[in-house]
Amino acid sequence: MKLAAKMNHHKILRIVSQYLVLGVIAVICIFPFWWTFVVAISTKGNMFEFPPTFWPQGVSLDNFIEVFRVIPILAFYKNSLLITVATVFGKLVICSLAAYPLSRMAFRGSKLILGIILATMILPSEVNFLVNFISMTKLGLVDTYTGVVLPNVVTAVSILLLKQAFDEVPEDLLDAARVDGATEWTIFYRIVLPLITPWLATVGILTAVEAWNEYIWPSIIIAKPEDFPLSAGVLYLRGTYGSSTRVIAAGTILTVAPILVAFLFTQRFFMRGMDGAVK
Amino acid sequence: MSQYRHSSKLAYVFLAPALLLLAAFSFWPVFYGSYLSFTDFSLMRTTHWVGLDNYQALFGNDMFLTGLKNSLIFLLVVPFTQIGAISLAVLVNNQLPAIRWFRAAYYVPVVTTVSVVGIMWGFMFHEQGTLNYVLLQLHVIRVPLGWLSDDALAIFAIMFVSFWRGLGWYMVMYLAALQSLPSEMQEAAILDGANRWQRFWRITVPMLYPTIMVCSIMSVLAALKAYQEVDVLTQGGPMNSTFTALYYAYDQGLKHLKLPRGLAASFVVSICCIGIAFACLKFLKPRHRE
Repeated sequence: MKLAAKMNHHKILRIVSQYLVLGVIAVICIFPFWWTFVVAISTKGNMFEFPPTFWPQGVSLDNFIEVFRVIPILAFYKNSLLITVATVFGKLVICSLAAYPLSRMAFRGSKLILGIILATMILPSEVNFLVNFISMTKLGLVDTYTGVVLPNVVTAVSILLLKQAFDEVPEDLLDAARVDGATEWTIFYRIVLPLITPWLATVGILTAVEAWNEYIWPSIIIAKPEDFPLSAGVLYLRGTYGSSTRVIAAGTILTVAPILVAFLFTQRFFMRGMDGAVK
Repeated sequence: MSQYRHSSKLAYVFLAPALLLLAAFSFWPVFYGSYLSFTDFSLMRTTHWVGLDNYQALFGNDMFLTGLKNSLIFLLVVPFTQIGAISLAVLVNNQLPAIRWFRAAYYVPVVTTVSVVGIMWGFMFHEQGTLNYVLLQLHVIRVPLGWLSDDALAIFAIMFVSFWRGLGWYMVMYLAALQSLPSEMQEAAILDGANRWQRFWRITVPMLYPTIMVCSIMSVLAALKAYQEVDVLTQGGPMNSTFTALYYAYDQGLKHLKLPRGLAASFVVSICCIGIAFACLKFLKPRHRE
């Protein structure tokens, strides 16, 4: 009550206006998802109803069932999952291996190596896939998930994040282990790696989202549409089933749902990833 | 006793897989790609050196020139995204109830795959879509607009989607920076009687300066390299009005199998990006804390 008494009109007005702005922007960010969801669970109407309805008209799962009938969405889920798990696993292993010496070993050329890794952030990587496709052809990795995963396993950002994580481990701990006769490998594997688990989780989750969402590279390298991941496969709905926008909407919801649920449960990891990037 | 020393050899064993993959899939494409852009490469026949032919063809090509122009227009997204993201970060940095959910809401577009973004906004922007309905109701427009079918509007619609996808990402960057700022200065300024506006401009903005620079560079590069939104929304149409420089590269290299032409286009974009990145880094350096 004391607090309420202190609150003058000015303050109330400010808080209300803050929420108003926050609310409007939230609506702009979320509305396309909500509207797609509404159309997807409705039994009538479509995307181009004029005036549109912002609330479901009748509720059914028919459109979702139709998605399962029209495209091999279960296979897409499986393919996405496979690609995501392989990318995350590969990245955590290879990038933490690379980050450790950069953080903890004094070796000749360390500055140069770090510079080379940083340079990849400036290099224009957006259309690397044009040449990578040629490389994959020569390596015989076209139409394999190895080909999908390999170019995405190492990124400079992940190495830097993990290097920072290693930097924070106290040197005394490592020295103590060395005195006890542990090899560098044991120190890395048994002592340091477990200590940076939260950071591994952060890199893992950020990577999982990227891998799950990637759509151009897999659609280039994979030959048969039924081997596509979901992000590439969902576009097939638009091509083959242009008539019913409700089914497309349902497919869209089925595509984003896993990643949105995962995001809501792991929000704090996204914040931490950025925290590291800013430092 | 050698195990107490850090041996160079061991360090390189640890680094080898990562360096190998970076060399193969990050450096090789750039160097080999630049080389190929001076040839008539095709998977079917032998390769010949053709000098600057691809580049000459490029600069005589309307689609590429439109693309370059659009990529420059795309830079307009940068100030909107950055100013929007900073303001939003300051706003969600307040300890208000339920603020966590607002932050999450702003980040949702960032974690959504671009193909889904394309489908959803394709529907939103449709002539009979929701956007037109809402704007008509608000009396912002008088007749429904063809956001993606009008060649004067489409590129701006695509830019809006790019803004929509980027806002949350940069907001989180700025939020992280804001939360790592020491609070003493703000407190001292409050004691000195500075109002919110003064504190924002005199303390927050100068202290955020390094983050603002880094984010702006990233945003500029992202804008110059935008093409995925084009692919999922308009595929360059209507009447080739929404080609960006890199979408042209993608379109030529992949869909028309004119790889050298596509690579030449991407090489031009790359040179612009590298130039800008170095200019910005040089500009940044004196203020950068080691």
